Amino acid sequence: MIQTSKIMGNRIKQYLNSGKRFDGRDLETFRDLEVEYGVSNHAEGSVRVKLGKTEVIVGVKMDVGTPYPDSKNKGNLMTTMELLPLSSPRIELGPPKFDSIEIGRVIDRCIRESGFIDFEKLCIKEGEKVWNLYVDIYSINDDGNLLDAAGIGAVLALKNAKMPKYDEVEEKVIYDESSGKSLALSKDTPMSITVYRVGEQLIIDPTKEEEDLFDSKLTLGGKKGVISSMQKGNEKSLSIEEFNKCLDLAEKAKEDLLKRIEKLK
Amino acid sequence: MTKEFKRHDGRGLKETRKIVAKVGVVPNADGSAMFAFGDTVAIAAVYGPKIMHPQHSQDPEKGTLRCTYNMNSFSVSDRIRPGPSRRSTEISKITGWALDPVVMINKFPTMVVDVHVNILQANASTRCAGINAASMALAHAGIPMKNLVASVSIGKLDKTLVVDVDKKEEDFEEGEGATDIAMSLTGDGDLTHIQLDGHITSEELKEAVKLGQEATKEIIEIQKQALKKAVQEDEE
Repeated sequence: MIQTSKIMGNRIKQYLNSGKRFDGRDLETFRDLEVEYGVSNHAEGSVRVKLGKTEVIVGVKMDVGTPYPDSKNKGNLMTTMELLPLSSPRIELGPPKFDSIEIGRVIDRCIRESGFIDFEKLCIKEGEKVWNLYVDIYSINDDGNLLDAAGIGAVLALKNAKMPKYDEVEEKVIYDESSGKSLALSKDTPMSITVYRVGEQLIIDPTKEEEDLFDSKLTLGGKKGVISSMQKGNEKSLSIEEFNKCLDLAEKAKEDLLKRIEKLK
Repeated sequence: MTKEFKRHDGRGLKETRKIVAKVGVVPNADGSAMFAFGDTVAIAAVYGPKIMHPQHSQDPEKGTLRCTYNMNSFSVSDRIRPGPSRRSTEISKITGWALDPVVMINKFPTMVVDVHVNILQANASTRCAGINAASMALAHAGIPMKNLVASVSIGKLDKTLVVDVDKKEEDFEEGEGATDIAMSLTGDGDLTHIQLDGHITSEELKEAVKLGQEATKEIIEIQKQALKKAVQEDEE
């Protein structure tokens, strides 16, 4: 798979200008969403998410550690994204590059800032022992918009997670025995939605072909009706008009996505 | 003879866990496969042959088969830090050595064929599942091969030999404890990889390799079935 050619790119942009896409979608709708829970049985929670042909696997692991001095009664969260060379001919072997670091950080902030997790419930003994929560995202097939697929996966894996048992006397986590308890999560689920600008159009959930052509993007994270994290990506500027339109598009797409996830259960 | 040995999950001594094999699991790849021994699940994707970069790594006489093995952080109870480790570096190399004898890489001078193995879920024998998936993915990618390679672990639990060791058996401590022998064989029955941890007599080891030969024969049949099925589905 090589970079989308210029002639193909121009055709895609022409299509978008008339409100159409190669796969028959309109500009504002996500591809088909497939979700499979419990795909890795040693993880406290795991999920496989497919957005069209884009696929990620997310696992949640927990262990017990010490809290940070500025949040003595709160658990810790760490979100990582691994762009596996297995998932695309364009991903090279080697230390994490900017793309994977950015996805990890943007999704981390969406989860953290939206108040999805009640971190105080992850405290075992104030100032001494708290639960560490690791959300690790792996790309399996990259056909564009790994960013939003990763966000959906991270949130759903957390919802799927069951806390392991903790032996307070031995000070040991017993991974083989689940406590059966879910994480303390808010009822409302946050989503991270990215609007990409391709040519003159703003679009949701690009395929790889389309993603190659974007020059600016805006990622918005938060629960329904709220924005709690945001990141503008790439060097090109957005006009205020475009920015405002991004906010509306993202909110609409978020509602659609949340409804679809609700239905999948 | 000692009394009959019972495996904790009720399997026969020569019985592998339930095998699931499927090709075409990564649409982007030139070839891909999933292979599972029970709840040990590996996926492999092949990219290439493609030009080797950097140029000074190119071999003008024959191509390069480059394998990487990686475990997902959450595939085991205690989270693994993402990224390469000493263990994964060694298994990557061993996976390549296991496959090299059958892959006709000399057909692609200066090129590289990348094989990426990822472990989704681990319950011992992950390198064997990885090699099995990689062998299928190479065939699925249409890379010329003399044969398939299949891999299995043979265990010696106290004095009894068993096929396809799981984690509980790997941690077996009674009597002489557990000896874990991971091996890979070609469809012609030649050894391309063997490793061992524990202690065993050479007579017992010869017996173990015989068991490995039988088991890998069966695995190769399963691999072939999965590959044939994919071709048939493509034709439909």
